[in-house]
Amino acid sequence: MELTLFTAIWNWFAEPLQYEFIQRAILVSALVGVVCSALSCYITLKGWSLMGDAVSHSVLPGVVLSYIVNVPFAVGAFIFGLGSAIGIGFVKSQTRIKEDASMGIVFTGSFALGLVLISKTPSNIDLQHILFGNVLGISDADMIQTFIISSITLVTVLIFRKDLLLFCFDPTHARSIGLNTQLLNYMLLALLSLTIVAAQQTAGITLVVAMLITPGATAYLWTDRFDRMLLIAIGIGVFSSVLGTYLSYHLDGSTGGSIVLLMTLFFIFTMILAPKYGLLKRAFKIQDAKKMVSTKLQESP
Amino acid sequence: MPELSIQVQGVTVTYNGNIALDNANLELRAGSIGGLVGPNGAGKSTLFKSIMGLLTPSQGRVVVNGQPIKVAQKANLIAYVPQSEEVDWSFPVSVADVVMMGRYGHMNILRIPSATDRKIVQESLDLVQMNDFKERQIGELSGGQKKRAFLARALAQKGTVMLLDEPFTGVDVKTERTIIDLLLQLKQEGHTILISTHDLGSVTSFCDQVILVNRTILAYGPTAEVFTEDNLTRTFGGMLRNVTFSTPTPHN
Repeated sequence: MELTLFTAIWNWFAEPLQYEFIQRAILVSALVGVVCSALSCYITLKGWSLMGDAVSHSVLPGVVLSYIVNVPFAVGAFIFGLGSAIGIGFVKSQTRIKEDASMGIVFTGSFALGLVLISKTPSNIDLQHILFGNVLGISDADMIQTFIISSITLVTVLIFRKDLLLFCFDPTHARSIGLNTQLLNYMLLALLSLTIVAAQQTAGITLVVAMLITPGATAYLWTDRFDRMLLIAIGIGVFSSVLGTYLSYHLDGSTGGSIVLLMTLFFIFTMILAPKYGLLKRAFKIQDAKKMVSTKLQESP
Repeated sequence: MPELSIQVQGVTVTYNGNIALDNANLELRAGSIGGLVGPNGAGKSTLFKSIMGLLTPSQGRVVVNGQPIKVAQKANLIAYVPQSEEVDWSFPVSVADVVMMGRYGHMNILRIPSATDRKIVQESLDLVQMNDFKERQIGELSGGQKKRAFLARALAQKGTVMLLDEPFTGVDVKTERTIIDLLLQLKQEGHTILISTHDLGSVTSFCDQVILVNRTILAYGPTAEVFTEDNLTRTFGGMLRNVTFSTPTPHN
């Protein structure tokens, strides 16, 4: 009985691996999981979650134009991603419009341009694949692009992780000790755009933002130290990405959806059970405080 | 070391066409403590930001230790203790992490702390009596401990100019004493200290220089000469109440 259960689990994991497309999908998802999760720690602490959403939607026309002029999709996506981030900054600083409205205007405008371009372009671009990802059918060229972009992003984050952290925490101090905060600002925006481009094949541009928020936000509830937060986020990201890819194979369903769903479950579990910042812990704390107050009241006549 | 530590020469700062600071001039000697006094919105923080090089004046210039502000920044000359409201206290960093950030300007690009960096961080923590709390997340500190943690970061930076923005807001008596003692000691060692405060009592108790700000620098100089009823009325207009002169105002 136990043996058959074990065999069943073993097969659940081993059986898909006989197909090359599954091996590739797992590899790509895991790598994308690492990159997105690492960056998600900075994005959530900096308060740029909505910026991630805006940039991810803005890359659509870039992807379409890349196919039209026959360059790697990453090139167009990156240009439109970073361009929209700069555009948002421009609208916010040069007009009296607030940041949320600036984001809303720029990313919907860009997304709309993408939709019109697709509808007017007679080609084999599959809107479904851009919006929701298609990692099970990823081509060689796209896989190579994902590897290159992920490596660049990961190495940059590793080298500048302390400067980026200081920039998120205290930009005034960063500037007063001579760091170029303008450069760090654009570096973080460029990393955000690159990560979105890398994850586009896995989660699609509608769900990629979840991979850029949820792991970091979940890890933030587990710990008070940034280094640990980074490791926990990466752990959650890789685990969800790999398991989500398996799940989508067995369910014959959306890969991006499965990955993000697992991440969300991790978050809910954490929100309730986290040792220090979980809801249960908070409930106990409130109860303890009430008890203490009532015993004190009884003691003093 | 040049005798003049901070020089503000004809600095004018404009925001969206509005003049926040108009033709401000100031000279502060090395080894002095200057109290920056003025009503809210008078341009105190604009002056602070100009001296730190965070704002580029539309006219005039700031010179620190005889060097242009950009050079002074790179040389880590200017340390800054922020107002408590400016800090994200839920950020996942410990007190020791924050103090180590004071050393970043002295490290290589990867910011790997050397033995010297660790030693200086330790000394800075000891100076503000925060060694027992160094592993705490910064949000788990009292108001006074928070202030001392950031003071330790400024000390660790080993600059010669220190700017403190409202250092006595929301702190306990022990912290206030610790800060004042440290500042007096730094002054003895030849540091220049600039404090922005609305607590006029603290100005007379330990600042040897006073800088009166309202849209421009109205007056600056030794406390005894500049901290007069006439000058304060000029700075605050009708807003000044209940300040006694000649004797230091008690405060706790």
